[in-house]
Amino acid sequence: MSTDPRPGDRRPTLAVWKFASCDGCQLSLLDCEDALLGLTERLRVDHFLEMTPTEGAGGERAGPGGRGPYDLSLVEGSISTAEDAERISHVRHVSRYLVTIGACATAGGIQALRNFAHVDEFLTAVYARPEYIDTLETSTPISAHVPVDFELRGCPIDRGQLLEVVTAFLAGRRPRIPAHSVCFECKRRGTTCITVAHGTPCLGPVTHAGCGALCPAYGRGCYGCFGPSERPNLRSMVDQLRHDGMSERDVLRVFHTFNAASPEYASVPDLAAEERHSPGARTETRPERSA
Amino acid sequence: MSTDTGTNSSPPAGSGGLVMGKDGMSALVDVLIARGFTVVGPTVRDGAIVLAELRSADELPYGWGVELEAGHYRLRERPDGAAFANAAGPQSWKRFLHPPRVRQWSADRVEGELVLTAGEAPPPRYAFLGVRPCDLRAIAVQDRVLTGGAYRDGGYAERRSGALLIVVECTEPGATCFCVSMGTGPAAGPGYDLAMTEVADEAGHRFWVRGGSPEGAEILAELPARPADPGTRETARAGVTAAADRMGRTMPEADLRELMAGTLDAPRWDDVAGRCLTCGNCTMVCPTCFCTTTEDTTDLTGDHAERWRLWDSCFDLDFSLLHGGPVRATTRSRYRQWMTHKLGTWYDQFGSSGCVGCGRCIVWCPVGIDITEEAAALDDWTRSGKPAPAPREGSGPP
Repeated sequence: MSTDPRPGDRRPTLAVWKFASCDGCQLSLLDCEDALLGLTERLRVDHFLEMTPTEGAGGERAGPGGRGPYDLSLVEGSISTAEDAERISHVRHVSRYLVTIGACATAGGIQALRNFAHVDEFLTAVYARPEYIDTLETSTPISAHVPVDFELRGCPIDRGQLLEVVTAFLAGRRPRIPAHSVCFECKRRGTTCITVAHGTPCLGPVTHAGCGALCPAYGRGCYGCFGPSERPNLRSMVDQLRHDGMSERDVLRVFHTFNAASPEYASVPDLAAEERHSPGARTETRPERSA
Repeated sequence: MSTDTGTNSSPPAGSGGLVMGKDGMSALVDVLIARGFTVVGPTVRDGAIVLAELRSADELPYGWGVELEAGHYRLRERPDGAAFANAAGPQSWKRFLHPPRVRQWSADRVEGELVLTAGEAPPPRYAFLGVRPCDLRAIAVQDRVLTGGAYRDGGYAERRSGALLIVVECTEPGATCFCVSMGTGPAAGPGYDLAMTEVADEAGHRFWVRGGSPEGAEILAELPARPADPGTRETARAGVTAAADRMGRTMPEADLRELMAGTLDAPRWDDVAGRCLTCGNCTMVCPTCFCTTTEDTTDLTGDHAERWRLWDSCFDLDFSLLHGGPVRATTRSRYRQWMTHKLGTWYDQFGSSGCVGCGRCIVWCPVGIDITEEAAALDDWTRSGKPAPAPREGSGPP
């Protein structure tokens, strides 16, 4: 296999790491199909437990922390245990370039819902033997623990964007991953706005692009799996969601998913609870004009 | 295919034009296809009247109107069966003349040598069926921007020079329309190959058609049409005249260029910044907004690279990113940039307004921000003696 070392091998080395996560994002790498062979021509995969149980050149069994050093580390998952908090520190030490992939690694993931509740209550309610569970009070993104060179968003990530990040790394250039809204992608692909034409609530205007505006293209409102766009106006967005028929609870729930712990969303509970007598965001009637 | 940006004009006196029925419309699409055109026109899709390639006139939105408001668009059935009694939809012709994604070139490393390849195959010859007068003006505005200066967009020029423009005058303006304020409609200005006015009354569903170019006249001669009777002409003209009196929106009477230049510190910019999502929808639906960004891609082998041009928007932070950060970091500064360029500095740059009054930015703003309402508020502020002290840039809401 092309991950094996070759005589005079000068390929940069790749490591893929898993923390608290579902594995979906690292599987996006295996889903690259045709591009995967090209990828292994350019990178030597030294540590990737979803792909091979062995580590690096010697064919020895890989440990959870690997040996390194690695030129490029892709890190999936959030930090939810003390052990993982130590392990990410090690991964950072043995990685030249560290990229976090997916909502867990970049925002804490769905498991960060614990950040808004009490872990002890979960432990006693969910587990028959809670004494076996050793976990932190919070689920936090990798960037809360170690410096990160690039964050790739999504739940799961888009494999085209993943290839762009890896290709940019190989070419020594900045990845082309825009931080603007999903609306850009809707308009470029020619999708009719489902909020305006159908009244469907949609998080597209405040959500980070990258998915290619998949959901609206099939008539479904964006539910924000790529997290917040750059500097989102959540006050106006929440006003609009309420206008489109969402209750306070609906609004809380739609933001309390994969990117619930994104700092940008911190104001949502207060905004959703506000009375909406004169939101100022709508003009239902023709504006009054002075002569 | 003139690129003039002239004023409105009625059809030339003496050229009485022809009248044809729905069979004539069907024949028109067939004739255009037979002549090798890719015919693009309005059709119903996904709950809206979009622009798409037409294989037959049956795909036109016969019997469909629209209900428009700020941030609101709904299809409504029309008992009269009219195809063009609806105002501007979610797209404009810029989608075809100035497409959202264009590959400009690609490069390959072949045995150590760099081989460059031109980006796109030659464009089709488009026939745009159902161009509204406001959009005819918008095409003229983009002609000036993209081909009228020192830096000519060759791709645009090629797509544009082959395009046949068939205008349908406006008889049913929407609640968000203000072409009269901008002097762009509802009657067709110059620059068309064929102009039509649709009449659907007890005397039948028919189109009054006039040629505007030799090619238009040639096509018209192939259609099953008869010389226009005075009754049809009068009814058609009356319909367009009545439309002018039924504009849903108006711009303030003020000189908009002066208004924009004189209100840069108005507190209203903070107010609109509180509502603006900076999602970029207004610029993408605007038929004259032309800004693009460049993206270079490489593949995994490192032996193949491509340069793409994509629609961009002044609402994107990266749009004004220079060394050290974006120049227009606040929403206030970005909305102000868009509106003052559209209504003000466009004159300095291109000699006309950048706004044609189609109302798309009002309809397709998810939160219903209304450029005419914003202009009116700025005008009110000016008239009332600019009372409030202006906050400095960057001190307002996001």
